[in-house]
Amino acid sequence: MSPLLALENVTVDFDGFKALTDVSLTLEANALRILIGPNGAGKSTLCDTIIGRVRPTAGRILFKGEAITALPEQEIVKRGICRKFQTPGILPSLSVMENLLVSGRKNRAWWRAFTTATPAQEMARAEEILETIGLQDRRDVPAASLAHGEKQWLEIGMVVATDADLLLLDEPTAGMGPQDTQRTAELILSLIGRHAVLVIDHDMSFVEALNGFTTVLHQGQILKEGSVAEIRADAAVEAVYLGRAKDEVA
Amino acid sequence: MKPALPITLLVLVLGAAAPWLISAYELSLLGRFLAFSLVALGIMLTWGEGGILSLGQGVFFGLGGYALAMHLKLEGLDIANGDMPDFMTWSGVSALPTLWRFFVNPWLSLVYVVLVPGLFAAFFGWLVFRRRIGGVYFALITQALALAFATLLVSQQALTGGFNGLTNFSTFAGYDITSQGAARVIYLITFMLVVAAYFALRWLLATRFGTMLRATRDGENRIRFLGHNPLPYKVVAFTIAGSLSGIGGALFTLHAGVISPALVGVVPSIEMVVWVAVGGRGVLWGAIAGTLLVNFAKDEISSALPSLWLYALGALFVLVVSFLPGGIAGMFSNPRLPPRLLRRRQEVVE
Repeated sequence: MSPLLALENVTVDFDGFKALTDVSLTLEANALRILIGPNGAGKSTLCDTIIGRVRPTAGRILFKGEAITALPEQEIVKRGICRKFQTPGILPSLSVMENLLVSGRKNRAWWRAFTTATPAQEMARAEEILETIGLQDRRDVPAASLAHGEKQWLEIGMVVATDADLLLLDEPTAGMGPQDTQRTAELILSLIGRHAVLVIDHDMSFVEALNGFTTVLHQGQILKEGSVAEIRADAAVEAVYLGRAKDEVA
Repeated sequence: MKPALPITLLVLVLGAAAPWLISAYELSLLGRFLAFSLVALGIMLTWGEGGILSLGQGVFFGLGGYALAMHLKLEGLDIANGDMPDFMTWSGVSALPTLWRFFVNPWLSLVYVVLVPGLFAAFFGWLVFRRRIGGVYFALITQALALAFATLLVSQQALTGGFNGLTNFSTFAGYDITSQGAARVIYLITFMLVVAAYFALRWLLATRFGTMLRATRDGENRIRFLGHNPLPYKVVAFTIAGSLSGIGGALFTLHAGVISPALVGVVPSIEMVVWVAVGGRGVLWGAIAGTLLVNFAKDEISSALPSLWLYALGALFVLVVSFLPGGIAGMFSNPRLPPRLLRRRQEVVE
């Protein structure tokens, strides 16, 4: 069987600046993949390319065996890819529950929206996700009043609610403290098996907590792939990324 | 926030009893202002809930007003024998223009009052929102539309009555509309339509449509990446607002006995937004309260010092925007306040 997602020799060229060069990557259904790399390595561009916000200059992207490289953004979402952005993309004046219900809506026809009733199945699923992201106590407050970490979890919940086969999580722990980061890792691990997840981050403690198959990007190219331990032990990675990260911390 | 049941009932009873409680002059003012409040309810829906600021609601108000006024001008005329409205004769028109022939039937004209502004709003909204134009650009385009509409009305003297607009009405479907009794009936119809519109919008905002409209305001791109298409929600809201404005315009025409370009252009369109800003764009009843308050104030101020009103209006708008972003309704506890105001209030508490 073909993998869920396959990038084949993808190159993105922004007027002469190569954001991605010849990147190939495959991801199986319900699997976890971590993508790390220093700032400017092309992580977010890779995400943008998958969801159709940026078009590759060369190469192609296959999703469920079909090319999605030229499809419009909405069509790619419909095929089953949903992305969480770096800055929390929640709907601030809607309640936490409404955020999840809007995301999990099955019938999207606008003329079916003139009702106050929510299908029991969608309601049950939203409650379930609410529990998964641990925001039961915050169910009916406006999303704007959530703490920063809670907003990130809510958005993960929203992405999950779409029931997409592939979730792209762009820096889900940005701006979080160590405790919240740990909880986020547990949350993401609980999603594996139901969705494939591609996590982008550069917080090593978070990556270690996830402990999945990791791809290191550097200057738009794949530098190394392997388990977190292998990445840790690799001299080249150490030189361009981990070492520098340590310096930054120090 | 929904007002408590006893207050709602009190307002309903007082409103329905008004023709027997206040003078004929006051009733005529109240009727006009209630007609305005239909426009305000529409702005509340698009601006307050949908985040779409239109500075051109006067256009839809005018389309409704003119649709009814054109029929009223034809009442009692022997059209088959070449009778024409008075102003056309003065302008030297020789035969009734084709456009006017659509407005011979009174009941069809009432349909146009709702349909013409609604369809125009739908078409215009679809055209603009489809190109993902929003925010201040949308406000500017609608303001230009109001300017163009008023200019067009003035320039087509023979077709629209020009600067003076349409006036001198006597009957509708054979009924006298100038008598004291008719004024009460027109008031009661206006009052009932405002009540109906209020409850219909309250329901609409409680539906999934209301949630999606707010979601579109909060993050149009976000909901696009969740696989929703925000376009129909915006177009439908704008259409409803357009129809409400049209009905308001027709009712105003009945109350005031006149519709003219001066009532539908840029300045009136901006005033309409001020009513809602003053009342509070977070709550439905705020739109009605703001409309009544601002207009009664306008009546008082402009009869005392006519030149003062525009300054007072400007000052009021600046004051509300700077110190009371939630409007009058926002002074009462309100869970749907914009976060900025909530934060400010918390700081005050601390």
